[in-house]
Amino acid sequence: MNIHEYQGKEILRNYSVSVPKGIVAFSVEEAEEASKELGTAVTVVKAQIHAGGRGKAGGVKVARNLEEVRAYAGEILGKCLVTHQTGPEGKVVKRLLIEEGCNIKKEYYIGMVLDRSTSRVVMMGSEEGGTEIEEVAEHTPEKIFKEIVDPVVGLQGFQARRLAFNINIPPELVGKAVKFMLGLYRVFVEKDCSIAEINPLVVTAEGDVMALDAKFNFDSNALYRHQDILAYRDLDEEDPKEIAASEYDLSYISLDGNIGCMVNGAGLAMATMDIIKHYGGDPANFLDVGGGATAQKVTEAFKIILSDQNVKGIFVNIFGGIMKCDIIAEGIIEATKQVGLELPLVVRLEGTNVELGKKMLNNSGLNIVTANSMADGAEKIVSLLNL
Amino acid sequence: MSILINKDTKVLVQGITGSVGLFHTQQMLEYGTKIVAGVTPGKGRTTIEGVPVFNTVVDAVKATGANVSIIYVPPAFAADAIMEAVEGELDLAICITEGIPVLDMVNVRRYMEGKKTRLIGPNCPGVITPEECKIGIMPGYIHRKGHVGVVSRSGTLTYEAVHQLTNAGIGQSTAVGIGGDPVNGTNFIDVLKLFNEDKDTYAVIMIGEIGGTAEEEAAQWVKANMTKPVVGFIGGQTAPPGKRMGHAGAIISGGKGTAAEKIKTMNENGIKVAETPAVMGETLVSVLKEKGLLEKCITHK
Repeated sequence: MNIHEYQGKEILRNYSVSVPKGIVAFSVEEAEEASKELGTAVTVVKAQIHAGGRGKAGGVKVARNLEEVRAYAGEILGKCLVTHQTGPEGKVVKRLLIEEGCNIKKEYYIGMVLDRSTSRVVMMGSEEGGTEIEEVAEHTPEKIFKEIVDPVVGLQGFQARRLAFNINIPPELVGKAVKFMLGLYRVFVEKDCSIAEINPLVVTAEGDVMALDAKFNFDSNALYRHQDILAYRDLDEEDPKEIAASEYDLSYISLDGNIGCMVNGAGLAMATMDIIKHYGGDPANFLDVGGGATAQKVTEAFKIILSDQNVKGIFVNIFGGIMKCDIIAEGIIEATKQVGLELPLVVRLEGTNVELGKKMLNNSGLNIVTANSMADGAEKIVSLLNL
Repeated sequence: MSILINKDTKVLVQGITGSVGLFHTQQMLEYGTKIVAGVTPGKGRTTIEGVPVFNTVVDAVKATGANVSIIYVPPAFAADAIMEAVEGELDLAICITEGIPVLDMVNVRRYMEGKKTRLIGPNCPGVITPEECKIGIMPGYIHRKGHVGVVSRSGTLTYEAVHQLTNAGIGQSTAVGIGGDPVNGTNFIDVLKLFNEDKDTYAVIMIGEIGGTAEEEAAQWVKANMTKPVVGFIGGQTAPPGKRMGHAGAIISGGKGTAAEKIKTMNENGIKVAETPAVMGETLVSVLKEKGLLEKCITHK
């Protein structure tokens, strides 16, 4: 789960990690009030959306007086920002962060993720702050320094110091940088983060070390023990189809194509998208219905697939496993009737009682085409759409 | 022969009285798996499906000599259950549970360092040695005893591969699901090593997916060490970056973990990769023919 920058900074503040003073605003009036309350000479008006690259897209403006705050707030609120992370459709700005301006001397990068090869958390730092870390990794990998953390004792002071010295934090500020890193590590493990990225971390003319931006992503499997984080969820930032799917325990991801897919198992679901593409089609989604493809789940899955206007046909690919194919067929027939499906539907079933399952589908009187294998099914749905 | 489990394996089920645990216990018993004990805290001294239930893993091991555990415990308690199995000094713990917080697994892995138990999973279908022992949730009937090893990050995609093999008359030595989470107990290389040492395994199918670099590392290991042919498949060639494709571990992030990169590395290291999931079996057959192993691998009509 992603959260907004201002929410991330709120968490950091709770852990005594240095961030600029700032206030969230949902309207021009609130932005003005916030700026007055901050009372600083320079205020920054920052669009709050769940995507990076806001500055380049015109979502971050520096205001020198109240007038400018008003003008920028009016300009950014309601604007559709298109960045490299939003996709071509962009994201509409509904919240602003009004923040005190600060006197930046130099920008750095600090990030934390899981290191899959060691199965431990790693803190990364670089003095190339402000740029995409992927670019730094590609062009100047020697400028990224890593500290792998032993979960028994957590990030140690010597590691944070080593990282601070490696990225050339001014020696007199290393103490502050270490405090920052240790605080960030605590946030990461205590809140079950999967990504924590401070880009940039800045050193100011006044000698402060603080987070100018904060990007957090949380492990969705751990949200049950973090009601405070769950409260930060902003449904406006999520695909409504993905929200609906999560309510029924379906795993759904929107894609750009026109063939809706419904599959059991994440690996098979990905492979089904691949094979549709192989036969010249274009998948409209990833959808894993999980192990129990019941009539109710299939019905909800159909509804979600059909709410995508681009969908022109559906391919159901179920490897029954322990569930019997006749039961799955019953579910598909029931669901097809319930949603009044008119688009071409190709169903491939495999597993116990597969012949009975197919017979039921063929004799249902519904417009269902059965397939003998996943290749056969993919070919059939692609050719049905090309008629 | 086989790897990890066989007809003599004595199985303990952690979470045996839960609905999922009980259902699959029945399925495993039906397959012929020797289930000697169950563990559910507070339900000790009862029996279920004729299997004695204990309060703790240590009690169960002492009383029954169980050497492998299967874990069907809900995600919030699964890390604890794995560590209890490790404490019980089992040879192998297989964790089916999906949705365990990643940082819990980071702690589990640290706890397991220097200990005896090997962990398979979590978020996996389990392990099966056909016609001998099934420990997991996979449909037993699609498997046939034979000489091809299967190792995979995905459940249903494993079934798909096994089904294709069985239809082609090729039985399997052991099929291992290592799971779709970013932190797991056993990786491709661990399983490939075991298959390499198993004299009854003649070839291996390795099924990977997007995310991480485990497939690349395995491919390099194969080139340097493997004496048996390996073919592969990678799911998620059309997956967009930054999106988690169901499995917690299946995500392309920071430009890393793409299917294209994995396929390229596998090809460079002598692993033939099936172009589509529908031809995993065919691809293996073509390689077996090339190596003169096909006759030896055909186990049934």
